[in-house]
Amino acid sequence: MSGQTVPADFSGHMLDLDEDEDLEVFSKNTSLADGSSMPNSPSSLVNQYRLEEDEEDQQYASTKDIFITVDNPESHVTAIETFIMYRVLTKTTRSEFDSSEYEVRRRYQDFLWLRGRLEENHPTLIVHPLPEKFVMKGMVERFNDDFIETRRKALHRFLNKISEHPILSCSPHFKVFLTAQELTSHKKQGPGFLSRMGETVRAVANSVRGLRSRPEEFVVMQEYVEDFSNKVSSVDKVTQRIIKEQREYVDELKQYSPTYIQWAGSEEMLAEPLKGVASCVERCGKETEDQIQHMSEVLVPALHEYVLCAETLKAVMRRRDNIQAEFEAKNEALASRKVDQEALQEEVDALADRVELANNALKGDWSRWQSSMRHDLRSAFISTAEKNVEYYEKCLAVWESFLLSQRVEPMEQRDGEDVS
Amino acid sequence: SPPLYDHLFSCLSKENLIPCPHPSMVEKGTNLLRKMEINVVEAEKRTGKNTVNMQETYTVYLIETRPAETVPEGGTPATPDTLWRRYSEFELLRTYLLVTYPYIVIPPLPEKRVSDAYLEGKVKNLYKFKFVWHKLSADNLDPDFVERRRGGLENFLLRVASHSVLSNDEIFFHFLTEGWRERVLETGFQDKADSRLKSLSAMFRVKNPDKRFTALKHYCDELNTVISQLLRVRARVADRLYGVYKVHGNYGRVFSEWSAIEKEMGDGLQSAGHHMDTYAASIDDILEEEEHYADQLKEYLFYTDAVRSVCRKHELIQYELEMAAQDLTHKKQQKEELATGTVRVFSLKGMTSKLFGQESQEQRESRLAALEQSIQEGEEAVKEKNTECQEFVRTAWEDIERFKEQKDKDLREALISYAIMQISMCKKGIQVWSNAKECFNKM
Repeated sequence: MSGQTVPADFSGHMLDLDEDEDLEVFSKNTSLADGSSMPNSPSSLVNQYRLEEDEEDQQYASTKDIFITVDNPESHVTAIETFIMYRVLTKTTRSEFDSSEYEVRRRYQDFLWLRGRLEENHPTLIVHPLPEKFVMKGMVERFNDDFIETRRKALHRFLNKISEHPILSCSPHFKVFLTAQELTSHKKQGPGFLSRMGETVRAVANSVRGLRSRPEEFVVMQEYVEDFSNKVSSVDKVTQRIIKEQREYVDELKQYSPTYIQWAGSEEMLAEPLKGVASCVERCGKETEDQIQHMSEVLVPALHEYVLCAETLKAVMRRRDNIQAEFEAKNEALASRKVDQEALQEEVDALADRVELANNALKGDWSRWQSSMRHDLRSAFISTAEKNVEYYEKCLAVWESFLLSQRVEPMEQRDGEDVS
Repeated sequence: SPPLYDHLFSCLSKENLIPCPHPSMVEKGTNLLRKMEINVVEAEKRTGKNTVNMQETYTVYLIETRPAETVPEGGTPATPDTLWRRYSEFELLRTYLLVTYPYIVIPPLPEKRVSDAYLEGKVKNLYKFKFVWHKLSADNLDPDFVERRRGGLENFLLRVASHSVLSNDEIFFHFLTEGWRERVLETGFQDKADSRLKSLSAMFRVKNPDKRFTALKHYCDELNTVISQLLRVRARVADRLYGVYKVHGNYGRVFSEWSAIEKEMGDGLQSAGHHMDTYAASIDDILEEEEHYADQLKEYLFYTDAVRSVCRKHELIQYELEMAAQDLTHKKQQKEELATGTVRVFSLKGMTSKLFGQESQEQRESRLAALEQSIQEGEEAVKEKNTECQEFVRTAWEDIERFKEQKDKDLREALISYAIMQISMCKKGIQVWSNAKECFNKM
């Protein structure tokens, strides 16, 4: 792929647009809360995305029109605090952008701000999660190299996921994030903290009232979200446990080689085969470390992201419920009150529209998300399986070369007798 | 007499050999194993009263023997002769061999009792995982332990039966066939065993040990240390590897549950989960095979004791020789003093004769004569002991060379079979993960 900015593993995956329901969303002529305009036409969108397999990520380059990288973490020290700044590099051919290349520096808080605004403006769209603020278990320091690198990768994925989202990537906040040299001034604009508070209060109030009836498809979705959250957390835990066991295994394995070497020191005829075995065990140990590394860098982050996604989905479901609850509340009020019918009716109508918008947005984004999830996790599992095959192949070669050195045919000699 | 005995006699007489109780009179190279198939085929629990009239449960092992002849096409092999022996009888046999052939490296027996490490392994695995590698019970009646011991006992018998000297021992033959207990007690080896035990545990210093034996002893010490360590590390590595594989079993369970809520991903996840279950289950066989490797190492760990035993015997004989020579020298000096009247070495007799007057000529002459006699006896003793020592060194070193060759061959084969095991494990891994990848592709 021509974009050196896009890593091979996660980003660059494609939407599966065999399903027609995706197209339905984009054919509605609606404007969104933040005032951005919809992409020009559904067909242009269709052309932008194709079904893609991992190996063919290279072809993606021809249709992707924005490339974002997050790199170069640097420590910033001020009088009050120390924090990390990341470089965000954007290369794009999109017409909304004045230039084709942008380089800005952003800190984690800035990413939080962006995501907050995106969620606010699109409450029932599934906005990809950010890496967590800090890691509780393992007591990782904020400025530990591994932690910074893990976070950097996750931030990179976050921006790329946003850029691939048909609606979110058109957000003005997104554009500002990518382009403005100084973000502070932009952060102050727009619905601020207080309005967000008000939103939360209303949400709580509505949830207390309870939902009249959730549409069937969202009941199903809710159940799925619960189950998915459990399952993906379990897989995440199992994976972490595997890595832990592997690490302990490697630690013990490291004692093997020196013992064989020590033995070789007392022997004459046996010295050579003993040293051979020592070397094999050592090499297998290194391969195991490689395998652990791969799992930590590929599978663990992928699973972790979807654990966070599950939480995002729960939040989205809650917000959708609240929007419906708000409408139902006002609708009830309309039914009971006789005065102010007209004004109230307008409000209720607006809320009804809002509900419909929210539901449709979620429905549309739902299949996009599912597709994306399936692709991401599939590719992570495939990568892991491939690495495991490679691991065993390498170890196999190591032991076979030992057998060759002992002038034994590497076939099924069960009794260990010499093959003449 | 049992048919096998007849058959054995007929086989031996075919080669013009007569079975003889004295090992040195049988032609070298005869090998009982060529005449006879020996197997320890199974084990059984028995209860009986022991020597202090208390009820006890023990295990007996079935020894099968059968003439080792080629079976004609379509024919059936002869029915084997069988008898039961318990572990303590094997121990008795080995002690008899130790005492009777002190210059031979006697093959070791498998462990008498379940070791702490064995127990530890069981408890740990039960505690950590739902998948149980072994049941928790681990005493001498534990079926896995009994099975391993069965193999070890068979190995012991085969080692003895293939030894050019040991295989011709009549007591050994009777151990395999019948009526050995009375015979072995008749040999009176128990007394020898007791005195040997006493002498082996005694502390003595040898002035001129054969350097080869000293080096051999050091080598055995090193080998013992390093194999012990290797066995410990192996057990820990096996434990860890077990953990890695078994945790993958959880993938199987979760993938299966997850597949139930997915539409497109469902099939792929489900089938991948099955492969994870296969992967998790595969470690049991893998580690079972590896136990065989551990047993091979363990045999040589115990062999170091047998070799050290031979070294110790050499030291004992050498020491006895040195003592005899020293005694002779002392007597000769006494004679010289007596003859020349000079006192070079302090003796009470010398002092008292100085104090209380010289002894008479007759007395002196009689004393001289007695000394002469004693010196002659002493010279005979030294000569005998010297011969014994040389003969021991010669025969022992011959067996040690044989042992060294056997050790190098066996351990090299063990290392090779270990490599083959690893290759097999890798192939299984490749298979499982390739299959899993196919399933993930379908997600």
